[in-house]
Amino acid sequence: MPRRNDLKRILIVGSGPIVIGQACEFDYSGTQACKALRADGYETILINSNPATIMTDPELAHHTYVEPLTVEFAEEVIKRERPDALLSTVGGQTGLNLSVSLAEKGVLEKYGVELIGAKIEAIKKAEDRLLFKDAMRGIGLATPQSQLCRTVEAGEEFAKRIGFPLILRPSFTLGGTGGGIAYNDEELVEILERGIDLSPVGEVLIEESVLGWKEYELEVMRDTAGNAIIVCSIENFDPMGVHTGDSITIAPAQTLTDREYQMMRDAALACLREIGVETGGSNVQFAINPVDGRMVIVEMNPRVSRSSALASKATGFPIAKIAAKLAVGYRLDEIPNDITLKTPACFEPTIDYVVVKIPRWQFEKFPGAEPVLGTQMKSVGEVMAMGRTFKQALGKALRSLETGKSAAAETFDDTLIPTRLITPNPDRLPYIRHAFRIGWTVEQVRELTQIDPWFLTQVKEAVDLESTVILDKAGLVKAKRDGLSDAAIGRAHTKTADEVRALRKSLGVAAVFNRVDTCAAEFESFTPYLYSSYESECEAEPSDRKKVMILGSGPNRIGQGIEFDYCCCHAAYALEGFGVESIMVNCNPETVSTDYDTSDRLYFEPLTLEEVLNIYDTEKPDGAIVQFGGQTPLNLALPLKRAGVPIIGTAPENIDLAEDRKLFGKLLDDLQIPSPPNGTATSVEEACAVARKLGFPVLVRPSYVLGGRAMTIAYDEDTVRRYMQEATLFSQDRPVLIDRFLEDATEVDVDALSDTRDVLIAGIMEHIEEAGVHSGDSSCVLPPISLEAGALAKIEEYTVKLARALNVIGLMNVQYAIKDGTVFVLEVNPRGSRTVPYVSKATGIPLPKIAVGLMLGKTLEELKELTGGRVSGVLPVTKFFVKSPVFPFSKFPGVDPALGPEMRSTGEVMGVGESFGEAFAKAQLSAGTPLPDQGTVFFSVNDRHKEEAVALAKRFVEMGFKLAASRGTASVLKAAGLPVRTVFKVNEGRPNAVDLMKAAELQLVIYTTAGATSFSDEKAIRRNAIQARVPCITTISGARAAVEAIGSRRRDPVRVWSLQEIHSAGAVSEAKIASTVN
Amino acid sequence: MHNPPKRARIHNLNPAILALEDGSVFTGQAFGAASIRTGEVVFNTSLTGYQEIFTDPSYAGQIVVLTNPQIGNYGTNPEDSQSKPWIEGLITRELSPLVSNWRSEQDAGAFLSAAGIPIGSAMDTRTLVRRLRMRGVMRGCLSTLVEKGGGDPDELVARARKSPSMAGLDLATRVSAKDRYTWDEPVPRCSPSDLLDDPAPKRFRVAAYDFGMKRDILRQLAHRGCSLTVVPAGTSAEDVLALKPDGVFLSNGPGDPEPLDYQAAQVRKLIGKTPVFGICLGHQVLGLALGGKTYKLKFGHRGGNHPVLNKRTNKVEITAQNHGFAVDPDTLNASDVDLTHVNLNDQTLEGIAHRRYPVFSVQYHPEAAPGPHDSHYLFDEFVAMMEAK
Repeated sequence: MPRRNDLKRILIVGSGPIVIGQACEFDYSGTQACKALRADGYETILINSNPATIMTDPELAHHTYVEPLTVEFAEEVIKRERPDALLSTVGGQTGLNLSVSLAEKGVLEKYGVELIGAKIEAIKKAEDRLLFKDAMRGIGLATPQSQLCRTVEAGEEFAKRIGFPLILRPSFTLGGTGGGIAYNDEELVEILERGIDLSPVGEVLIEESVLGWKEYELEVMRDTAGNAIIVCSIENFDPMGVHTGDSITIAPAQTLTDREYQMMRDAALACLREIGVETGGSNVQFAINPVDGRMVIVEMNPRVSRSSALASKATGFPIAKIAAKLAVGYRLDEIPNDITLKTPACFEPTIDYVVVKIPRWQFEKFPGAEPVLGTQMKSVGEVMAMGRTFKQALGKALRSLETGKSAAAETFDDTLIPTRLITPNPDRLPYIRHAFRIGWTVEQVRELTQIDPWFLTQVKEAVDLESTVILDKAGLVKAKRDGLSDAAIGRAHTKTADEVRALRKSLGVAAVFNRVDTCAAEFESFTPYLYSSYESECEAEPSDRKKVMILGSGPNRIGQGIEFDYCCCHAAYALEGFGVESIMVNCNPETVSTDYDTSDRLYFEPLTLEEVLNIYDTEKPDGAIVQFGGQTPLNLALPLKRAGVPIIGTAPENIDLAEDRKLFGKLLDDLQIPSPPNGTATSVEEACAVARKLGFPVLVRPSYVLGGRAMTIAYDEDTVRRYMQEATLFSQDRPVLIDRFLEDATEVDVDALSDTRDVLIAGIMEHIEEAGVHSGDSSCVLPPISLEAGALAKIEEYTVKLARALNVIGLMNVQYAIKDGTVFVLEVNPRGSRTVPYVSKATGIPLPKIAVGLMLGKTLEELKELTGGRVSGVLPVTKFFVKSPVFPFSKFPGVDPALGPEMRSTGEVMGVGESFGEAFAKAQLSAGTPLPDQGTVFFSVNDRHKEEAVALAKRFVEMGFKLAASRGTASVLKAAGLPVRTVFKVNEGRPNAVDLMKAAELQLVIYTTAGATSFSDEKAIRRNAIQARVPCITTISGARAAVEAIGSRRRDPVRVWSLQEIHSAGAVSEAKIASTVN
Repeated sequence: MHNPPKRARIHNLNPAILALEDGSVFTGQAFGAASIRTGEVVFNTSLTGYQEIFTDPSYAGQIVVLTNPQIGNYGTNPEDSQSKPWIEGLITRELSPLVSNWRSEQDAGAFLSAAGIPIGSAMDTRTLVRRLRMRGVMRGCLSTLVEKGGGDPDELVARARKSPSMAGLDLATRVSAKDRYTWDEPVPRCSPSDLLDDPAPKRFRVAAYDFGMKRDILRQLAHRGCSLTVVPAGTSAEDVLALKPDGVFLSNGPGDPEPLDYQAAQVRKLIGKTPVFGICLGHQVLGLALGGKTYKLKFGHRGGNHPVLNKRTNKVEITAQNHGFAVDPDTLNASDVDLTHVNLNDQTLEGIAHRRYPVFSVQYHPEAAPGPHDSHYLFDEFVAMMEAK
């Protein structure tokens, strides 16, 4: 059946903020779907609350709604836009769940919207674990024995029958949230209680353990005619027991014969048919007993997934794009293969290389969380690498991870080897490698890990080679073909990476590039999607056009996520607009930047000096952009420049200058810009001395990190001492920065564009939380709501001065703190920042595009048509735009969710409103922390905030809320004549605030910190608030915002605006050059 | 609970050389038998199933390049062989030193070595395949005797050039069984979870021409209730009909179909007398019998991912393929022959059926082994034809 002409308008549901288990792979899939449907002539409507996505760019869909992904707001969008169909399968679990809710609440029927992609019956059959098991049993496929439990008792009974260990999976949660493995009764009860609570339907599936079995995934596509293909097979390095998102995975499957593989393929296709997936992509997971080959089907997802993004990047087959086309009626054989052009998409990709994915974890950001892996996903990002062999791919993947630990700092405790091998954890592979290094055998490691001996043998051979590599031509070829870096080769011979590089180049051992072509070279590839190898022939075929290389941001991690990928993608789009060839370098399979459609040429490579120079040697680009990919490319900027790579935009030396405390301090003095008193230190004693001199509290942090990694506020010398002892691990020989911490200051983020002469301020964002909370973790608002004209003028003045002084060409981000009317500079980053996509969406001005123009040598004056005619001053906004962070605390039970200088949010949402309150209310709703409309508000504030608390409490009472408060706060409120219930603090007696939260008697908690005191009480309250899902506000400015938001929710109707209509009002978007979407 | 991992014996780390008739020379490491062999160098893009490829008689006379770079990982086992190893040589990117699979009994290197077949490993197979794709398949010479006087590239190139060309070569007769034999074994299970139907009781007698028969074809037919008598390639139609078969099967096989005019003549005599089903070379022989002509493809179809459209059902099946020649559809008489299947990659002919008689064939391999099982239905159709007779 060809394209459906009965559909005209299609609504696409996005996946919302980046959270663990649902990251930017859904921006990739949603973007592909938007582009594919739009290219096919459909009118597309998009709803997604995440402003940092490419898919919410106004050029992608015709009508883009950055609005909460709830039934009430989605209905409003449907009411306005009247789509004919809703595509439910490209927005992850969130998109699928919202689609199901819209169907179940009758919204789709009411407005005559057809669900396309997956039908409601199919979704339910796949998602409801019992229905799924019954369906599989019906077609003869085995599943592990299991039972659905709604009570702890039912679970205990099942455990008695089956025995331990047991796998627990709550129904309908993201990335297996709340799941776990129980080895005994105690753990069973703990996980079960949590799971029943977290599951929206109050159900947990308890399952027979297939721990240690081999785990596989197949990515399947099916069209309306029933044609079905397997796009990719994936084998997990980690056997069953580790969530597939937390597993190291390999494509294609390595240890199955054809018979066994085809058995799995038959089962996957039978599963799809039985579930009733009519069109699109699905992911089916299997476990195989390595002893006798018994196979069970573990689960299936009737939508594009994290694995399908990986499979797309691994094979060059764009699953989401094809899925969108299948959903509107096309058959697989009616869609051409993008890469070969001549053959159809109806085939099974075959690859002549090996792909390795390794997840990236950040347990260090969550002290108190046990770094153990299980059925609940914990990783925040991943890398993928391709090599001609598994060893080569594994070596590249390990380098792509950028763990921040230098090889010399990698320390292992031999006594820990058994523990680190038995229980899956982030350090398992490093420990396996270490065990081999000190003489363990494959069999010994296999016994403890259950990892397939084929993989272990490969790992061991690579480890062995590190110490035996010979420095002649044959030896170097072997080492490079087995994935060793120049640095690793050098370590065995006390040579530097540079020396090894020079040596091997003199011997003619240089990287070449092979193409990812879906067909193992059977057909010609017309798409330059490349990976490096040490084979004999280079297929890069560089052009002689003017070209620029964009260095991406590597694996997602907290503080360096999708926002930077957004900038890199825009750099590619912008280069195309300016007629320059774009060359993308990145190793993150989840992203839009690693879609071969995004840039002219894509190099899927680790972002290391060695690999980037290999690309440079081959391509000889006219410039390299390092200011868009976050810290990763910045760390490479100076070495690249020294190696002769022309860096365009702000000079790396000036980017560096802003990080160098001494030079930067001098610059601020020269410019007469105030900054908090500060100093630097390289030793514990020095740090204490500096802190004493500045006066407590102080903010201590390492230089050269993003996301406030290892950043802390110290109220005393002990904290400084403790901090310094740990900090050396991550500081990479650079000094620690110590600043006087400004308590209760208002923090402001500024993004600006500069051509060194003119400076245009794109946005002045006022933080809702006070200074001290990491800027990435603070909600902020555009335009600022409480800053005085004088402060705003100072901010403008300083920003212009700084941009000129640092010769900024492109983007710059400055953080200010305003205390008692004085504006202090906290930090200057002459590069693209986390807020660039948000500001771009709010202003309707494409900041990265203009920045690329500036880097190519144009002036703001010359780019005026892109900026609404402005070359100075501040860009206007026509509504209120609030950005709010989203936190992963529910994945890390036991962790204190208090906000601080260390960034811990994984994603962000944006709320749009006519008032600050409306925008903030929407943002909170989108962030999954909706504010209550009624009930009881609990106040416990420190003395500084008591006066303001009275004013806020009055407004709550006016809105019909009841009040509760801790003793001190209650007496102040009573004195002001407010009715208030006095509640014990946690350590004062019972029932206390935590008890009331658990009993659902408190709907909102306002709890401001009192410095370093009453710490345990605060922690208990905050942690329980997360568990009881009671919004907990820890700053007085946050409380102020909450009052505004609740007021708006009670006053304003549910209303939505598309970005296109917001920006069509002003002249701003008229002048946009329309070249980003093809 | 596990079998201890089996480590292959690495016989040597001697160099290996593959020389092509165009003068290209590829070097790597020698495994398998120490030998010098010539053959047509062809590539197969399957991700799985190297053992079935080694033992497919259709590869007689050919040095096989596998595009999947990791070969040997799961060893070899007795069930998966399609015959004995037939390839002249194996070229791979990396032969695994270690075997990991519950069914494995012997590593791939030893398996080929025992059959006297050399292996060139650590070769740049992608560059080699790109060359074959661009210039077409070529004759080549693989030496694993480089350090024993077999290492002069010029001499190896010369040997490649002197070796016989595939065009015009009757290899089917060479690989065919010399005596007839019977076959009744169904498809074995590879795992307790294999979704196989139970074998049907024996209902039909099938005479099967062996032009280079793969065992899984016999198993598929036996599984569906066929008792098979496999006859040598030179058997006359009269002798076949004397077996009173319910149907006749024409097997796959190596080489150029054109010299098989005797076989085509026999098949011509069978049309209309009994249901006939042909696969691969069997399809080409049927094509010749129906008056068609065959031609050589530039680099053939060898792999497990070829999309074929069944024009009768309008459905696409992903097929296993292994052929260097094809039937030219324009040479077939449209009033007799229906073109039932077409390859969606290059529009070549993939299947034909007689318009009046129960006679049909496909160019690809419905038995797969290795490859997807999408086309098993063709065996059912053959059985249905015999049932309807």
